Amino acid sequence: MAYNKRLDGRKFDETRKMTAKVGVIPNADGSAMFSFGDTVAYAAVYGPKQLHPQHMQNPEKGLLRCNYSMLSFSVSDRIRPGPNKRSTEISKVSEWALNPSVLINEFPNTVVDVHISIPQADASTRCAGINAAALALAHAGIPMSDMIASVSIGKMDTQLVVDVNKAEEDYEEGEGATDMAMSFMNKSGKLTHIQLDGKISAKELAEAIKLGRQTCKKIYEVQKKALKEIREEKN
Amino acid sequence: MIKTSNLTKNRIAEYLVHGKRFDNRKADEFRDIVIECGLSKKAEGSARVKIGKTEVWVGVKMEIAEPYPDSPDKGNLMVTAELLPMSNAKYEYGPPKFEAIELGRLVDRGIRESKYIDFEKLCIKEGEKVWGIMIDIYSINDDGNLLDAAFIGALAALKEAKMPFYDEKEEKIYYEKPTKEKLPLTDNMPINFSVHQIEDTIFFDPNTEEEAAAEGRLILAMIPGNPPKICSMQKGNTLQVSHEKFVEMLEFVDKKYKTFYSQINKLIDEAVKKKKE
Repeated sequence: MAYNKRLDGRKFDETRKMTAKVGVIPNADGSAMFSFGDTVAYAAVYGPKQLHPQHMQNPEKGLLRCNYSMLSFSVSDRIRPGPNKRSTEISKVSEWALNPSVLINEFPNTVVDVHISIPQADASTRCAGINAAALALAHAGIPMSDMIASVSIGKMDTQLVVDVNKAEEDYEEGEGATDMAMSFMNKSGKLTHIQLDGKISAKELAEAIKLGRQTCKKIYEVQKKALKEIREEKN
Repeated sequence: MIKTSNLTKNRIAEYLVHGKRFDNRKADEFRDIVIECGLSKKAEGSARVKIGKTEVWVGVKMEIAEPYPDSPDKGNLMVTAELLPMSNAKYEYGPPKFEAIELGRLVDRGIRESKYIDFEKLCIKEGEKVWGIMIDIYSINDDGNLLDAAFIGALAALKEAKMPFYDEKEEKIYYEKPTKEKLPLTDNMPINFSVHQIEDTIFFDPNTEEEAAAEGRLILAMIPGNPPKICSMQKGNTLQVSHEKFVEMLEFVDKKYKTFYSQINKLIDEAVKKKKE
């Protein structure tokens, strides 16, 4: 049966309800929360600060370092604390997604640490994480050439959909589910991150990227709004 | 990151001798406490606790496990704490350090010894199958006194938790179909106190600076009773305590116990109720 109606009743090009808040972790230099429905991500930025050990310092460059982790109770089957292969890869991919717009080399010898935590997951966690991280970097006042927004585009059987949730990720009918996480720079429209699991033709993929780009423009509006209403903890 | 200077430490001590603190609190006064339940729908129970700027997240997950050989008819409890680098620049990634291990141990001890959880009711088949409760604690913003926040968070998460549905035939847990059944909890809800000492003065709920200035702490959990009973204790750091000082600390806790117990109990009940609505 063709996927002609989404499992949760959304329109094909509709994201789940998005919320974004800036300034959620007072100790950090910058912090933010971003959610797609039940998928919630928190990000905190510390830096720029001296990079240790010293031999890693580069007098021409700064370093952007991301760490993504899902909290043990963010999914039904408890995750053992500590890094695993999946979180290690997503950390790096998030770093690559953000790096092109962060003017990190303005801060030679230093590091900017981005910590991403997922307290509740319902698929698309890396996208929510990247959205929160971009907000936190902006909140920390790290110079950026552009804002980054991230979304997952799915293909359920032959139908393209925006912002895949867990139930859709597990869709098995017809051609099954293809999940494409992607991130774009807002002004330039350039792609800074893409990952794909599933099967899809080149033509459909080009279509998916177009849809991702359109959606990221909407996400950017949510990010911009959150940055304008910065919520600082009362002292 | 700059550590608290000796100058600040001395000033904190000087203030406390006169019963004063930088933020105008009294020695036995806590910062504002906020409790919210239902942090993660994927947890059986979860809570976010703020004490002042300190924020801790706690989740309860349950699984089917084998009982320990020395308690074949009792459920298991495991408490793990992680001090996230997100919560303070002083924390780093890597295997858990002493601070994180101690935090988990202290919460574990207080809850286990209070008999707040009726472990016998968590037995499914003696010697073979029991429920295991796993409490995970994460620091989100560390501004001192993570322990009391984590302890309160664990209580709130336990109280909010619902048993997941277990299909005995299939031997499978359906987490997405929680039952209406609560965890088997008793009336012995423990309350944790961390008494900190600087020079000759004692106080509750240190912020980061005060925590750094403290010479040591006496940690104890208490359960209701007439009089209330102490169910776990640990002295931290190389602090030396005279008999008189020790008695003074116990009196300090005893005086605070009743109001603090009702305050926490009320906040947790409100948070659980609010989540249901």
